[in-house]
Parts: sequence; structure tokens; C-alpha cells
Amino acid sequence: MILIINLCKEKLHYFEFVKPIEDILKKENIFYETTNKKVNKITLNKYDKIIICGTSLKDEEYLNKLKDFEWIKNYKGKILGICAGMQIICKLFGCKLKKNIDIGMKMVSIKQNFLGISGWNEVYELHNYEISDDYNLERNFIVFSQGSIDAIKHKEKEIYCIMFHPEVRQKEIIVNFAKLE
Amino acid sequence: MKKEKLRLAILFSGGKDSCLALYYAMKYEKVACLITILSENKESYMFHTPNISLVKKQAEAMNLPLIIEKTKGIKEQELIDLERAIKIAIKKYKIQGVVTGALASLYQASRIQKICNKLDIECFNPLWQKDQIELLEEIVNLKFEVIIDGVFAEGLLGFIGKKIDSEFIDAIKKISRIYKINPAGEGGELESFVLDAPFFKKKIKITKSEIIPDKEKGATLMINEVNLENKKR
Repeated sequence: MILIINLCKEKLHYFEFVKPIEDILKKENIFYETTNKKVNKITLNKYDKIIICGTSLKDEEYLNKLKDFEWIKNYKGKILGICAGMQIICKLFGCKLKKNIDIGMKMVSIKQNFLGISGWNEVYELHNYEISDDYNLERNFIVFSQGSIDAIKHKEKEIYCIMFHPEVRQKEIIVNFAKLE
Repeated sequence: MKKEKLRLAILFSGGKDSCLALYYAMKYEKVACLITILSENKESYMFHTPNISLVKKQAEAMNLPLIIEKTKGIKEQELIDLERAIKIAIKKYKIQGVVTGALASLYQASRIQKICNKLDIECFNPLWQKDQIELLEEIVNLKFEVIIDGVFAEGLLGFIGKKIDSEFIDAIKKISRIYKINPAGEGGELESFVLDAPFFKKKIKITKSEIIPDKEKGATLMINEVNLENKKR
């Protein structure tokens, strides 16, 4: 079972950042549950995969709630962090964020298979920050994208992160993550 | 402590998508006003719909304030005109965010996101990536009264002036499979006009209209006169 974590401060943003992901899973008959609450160890035991969704440009509340996500460091299942979800994961592993506004389509090159995509992809981005290419990123993650920090995987854990929004384009990333053995 | 509702403006075209977006916004937040951009360019990517001038009647039927700004509809200039309208809404109605009826148009959505980010307000797209048939079923289930006032693709001529109901949905499902068009018309294949919805205080009755054939495979239902009617309680 998959747990979808809704980071959105505003309820109305659920329809934009969470529901499209639910719809993709529903179409594939994949079971999921969604929460916007802090998760605990007991709750986490129910799920073998977690998707942490993005949120709006103006919503930065998630950056003040990093402590609520400390469990990520010890979680044994698989995690997919999307945009704000990626930022949370990277911050927990010591990476820094830097201001970089990206709104709209962008070409991203993925050098090797990353949850079913590779080569040049036109992706949809919506963020005010990106991940700094520094020592902590290099120490903890493998970078799959070339020239930008758009797709990364933790070196030891099954943690995948993408800065773009696969629920808009590259929907197969969500399906492939959900079907990982 | 209960969170105070956000004051929002709806980018309003009078069609089903902006009306459904308005419905969602009303459910969760406070709708302070509608914003309509009147484009002189029939080919406008952002704003042109056949009966856009009737938004005044729709706003009256909903009892909501309306900001109308004109644009020549030149590609990037119309964004400046939209920004000007949003600035008026911020000043006059103290809005904290804008709501759009964008479903899948990355062109439209990303440009509005950029304006909102620049003006430091929220941008909401409650219909974003929504399944087209699910959207049509939702407006029927919510008892929206919507007519098709523009058809601009092969196979759709028979739908002009028709109401969106379950019969329409069955038919459009078939047609969209045959002609590979978007069933909710977000690609501009279909335009719609909302006559009534649960949040309308009065409903719109068309008293005079005419069908104007288009040069290429299409037609427009020009609504010339309407009345506002009291609704049965």
C-alpha cells in the first residue's frame, strides 16, 4: 500500500498537487491512502511506499516542518519526493537549497534509466528553490539528470527525488515507482 | 484556531471550467470578485470565448463583483493586461490569490503562475489534470446548466446550442474517440456558456440567439439577448 503525503497548507491546492497523483494510481488500480497529518512509526508500518507531493510556489510551510519528517532517515520502504517533497528529503540529508525560480516547461536530460525515463524529457517545473550541488548531495545521492539537479536517488536507500512534476508530464514515473518490487 | 478564509479572484470566462473552478473556490475560501479579460483577438490563446460579453449578466446572476479589462489579444501583451486586472483586484478587493479553470494547458497555467508569483499571491488550479469525462459528469451531477456555444472541430456541429447532460456525455465520448479530440474541449474544440449553477442567485434565460456557421467545420451560438429569472427554492 502507498501513502501519499499532502504537504499543501491550503486545502484548495489538494486538487492541483495531490489529486492528479491519486488519479494516476486509481487508473492503475493501485491502492493508496492520503494524509496531510504528521505520520508516526505505527502509521508508517502499514505502507511499503510513500509519495511526498509538491505544493504551491507561495507555500513554504513545509520548510518549517522538517522535524516531522525525521522518520525518512530510518524508513525501510521506498520513497518518491516530488518538488517540495524532494526539498524536504534533501534538507534532511544535509543538502542546501538555493533560490532558483522555475515555472513552466524545461528540457531535462536524464543520463540513465530513472523510474522508466531516460534521455531528453520536456518536464513541468514549479518551484522557487533548487538543490545546491554540494558535498552533501554528492555524498548521499546519485544525480541522474545532467546539468541540473532534477532527478536523484539516494546512494543506499530506495529514495527517489524529482524536482519537476510527473503528475503533469512523465506520469509513468509515478506508475513505475508504484510498481517497484 | 480556525483559519481565516482567503480572499480570491476567479479568472472568469463564463464557461463550464471557470464556473466549476469558482464552485471549488467557494467551497473552501471566500470569492471576492471575478476577473474577465475581453480580447479583441478571436485567436487569443488565453481569453477568447464566443459570448464573453455576457459575463456581466452571469456576475449579476451570481451577485459577485466583476472586473473587466480589455486586451488587444497580442500574445504577450495580453498577459500584461491580465496582470493589470489582477492588480486592480488586489487593490480593490484585497484578494490574496487567483483561481483558474485550467485543466491541462501548460501555456495558460505557467503564465498565470508567473504573474501570481511576481505579485506575491496564491495561484489555484483546482481542475488541474482532471479527467475530461469526470469533469463533464461532475457539472451534470452538480446540476450546472451549461450549453455549447461554440464548436470548432470535425464531428461536433450537431452539438451547437445543446445542453451538457448525460446524453451529451455519451455522445461526446464516442465522437472524441473517432476524431481524437478532447471531450471537454480544452483544446478549443468546444466552448460553453453557463446559464445556471448551484451558486447562481438567478438563472439566465436566453431570449434571442442565432447560430453563425464558421468557415471551417464549426459554428458559434451568438446569444443576443438574455433575461435573469428567479430560481425556484
